[in-house]
Amino acid sequence: MAGAGPAARLPEADGLPAPEENPIPPPLPLRTELSRLEIQRYSRQLVLPETGVRGQLRLSACSVLVVGCGGLGCPLAQYLAAAGVGRLGLVDHDVVELSNLHRQVLHRESRLGTSKARSAAAALREINSAVQCVPYELALGRDTALQLVRAYDVVADCSDNVPTRYLVNDACVLAGKPLVSASALRLEGQLAVYGYRGGPCYRCLFPKPPPPETVTNCADGGVLGVVPGILGSLQALEVLKIATGMGTSFHQAMLIFDALEGRFRHIKLRPRNPDCAVCGDNPSVTALQDYEQFCGSSATDKCRMLCLLSSDERVSVEEYKQILDDKVHHVLVDVRPLVEVDICRLPQAVFAPLSKLQEKDEGCLKSLVQRICEARQPSSENKAFPVYVVCKLGNDSQKAVKILQGLSYQGLGLISVKDIKGGLMAWANKINPEFPQY
Amino acid sequence: MAAPLSIQLEFGGGAELLFDGIRKHQVTLPSQPEPWDIRSLLAWIKENLLKERPELFVQGDTVRPGILVLINEADWELMGELDYQLQDQDNVVFISTLHGG
Repeated sequence: MAGAGPAARLPEADGLPAPEENPIPPPLPLRTELSRLEIQRYSRQLVLPETGVRGQLRLSACSVLVVGCGGLGCPLAQYLAAAGVGRLGLVDHDVVELSNLHRQVLHRESRLGTSKARSAAAALREINSAVQCVPYELALGRDTALQLVRAYDVVADCSDNVPTRYLVNDACVLAGKPLVSASALRLEGQLAVYGYRGGPCYRCLFPKPPPPETVTNCADGGVLGVVPGILGSLQALEVLKIATGMGTSFHQAMLIFDALEGRFRHIKLRPRNPDCAVCGDNPSVTALQDYEQFCGSSATDKCRMLCLLSSDERVSVEEYKQILDDKVHHVLVDVRPLVEVDICRLPQAVFAPLSKLQEKDEGCLKSLVQRICEARQPSSENKAFPVYVVCKLGNDSQKAVKILQGLSYQGLGLISVKDIKGGLMAWANKINPEFPQY
Repeated sequence: MAAPLSIQLEFGGGAELLFDGIRKHQVTLPSQPEPWDIRSLLAWIKENLLKERPELFVQGDTVRPGILVLINEADWELMGELDYQLQDQDNVVFISTLHGG
């Protein structure tokens, strides 16, 4: 995220004005009445005593910074635009990918490969042309966050990674802006409002970031699209309640959603911590930090690349293709979870999920050893028999190589275990374009 | 002597993956000289329920950063954290925070 300031500029593919022409727009005017068309448009919420004309006017003077135009940001921005919020700042450094479309419902097939911030802005303008949509094609960083957050009234954290969540929290505390935060993964979601009316900030609740190896992203863990859809909609609701003056139900509470059980939990949270590093009485954090360093992980939800093995313990997909073409006797072990094997596989592979290898599952190891012994030719008893390990991206395969190198079974003989760099996705990219990518 | 306690443990947000993917555990804590508190519960979980890689759940005598503990639907910090004395039929939830979007 470093270095991606407002100067970062992508080619204009969609005919929208470039975002940096007006990166920090002036404050919205406070209006005293609604037009005839506005009355007609918003009539169904105007007759609600909780909003009324006063609430609608407040909403039209409110600006909301949406950090992340993905599974949460899309439904959130959609409802805020439809409801007539004054301005939406749309932050995202990423481009629309095919695997986004099941949950990021503002993006269209026609916008694949284009900026998410601009794609969202274009879709929102079609919903409500009166809403000012300002796309920011950048990864929020310590150099940009505070300036942007200061320019908006409410911030919605719709991001997908730990460093950005701490960054947005600290920027909101320093700028004194309420933070409506949601997250979703697999079949679960969480929602809270931070730094508002005596409630805790994100750091009050989580003073230390989680160890990077315990954090799962949507690509690795999966997510059912409607789950962020529900959380993003709830997030929009809380923004609307704050913007119209109704207040929020979550300034000292968290909503935890379990989609499998169909259950919402409303949890009472601690108040603001007077010893908090950023919102406490004597804060040690008075300016934005290096959050990637603080969290020990990068500010994207892209998959991490591990490097556990030396280069002579790994082969490239090209080298493995050559091994196949040369008909070299070997065993290929696919260590992905079964649910991923069901999606796609190489025909010659035998399956041994990494989790089974890690827990030294006797049945799994025995059948693997048996397959290796069967494949080994009697003539090559003395030579190390090649075993190749593959997974989706080449991370788990390295862990599996470490485990299999320590394997000692009677009758197994000498084996040479290597992994395939980049895994099946590299195979799909470089060797066989017909192979599915997921 | 503290009498045996029957309590419900729940794991969520991915923390259940350290417990064979099972979210709800009805457990009985045996009778012991000291009253059961969250500190001794964590030690008991580590000993009796955790299968692999305990460092992904506990660090030192507390939960690892990023896990929120709820005692009867409230943030454990409101209840005394590690020193909260467990009662029969308590519900203790361990939720790993989510970051995806």
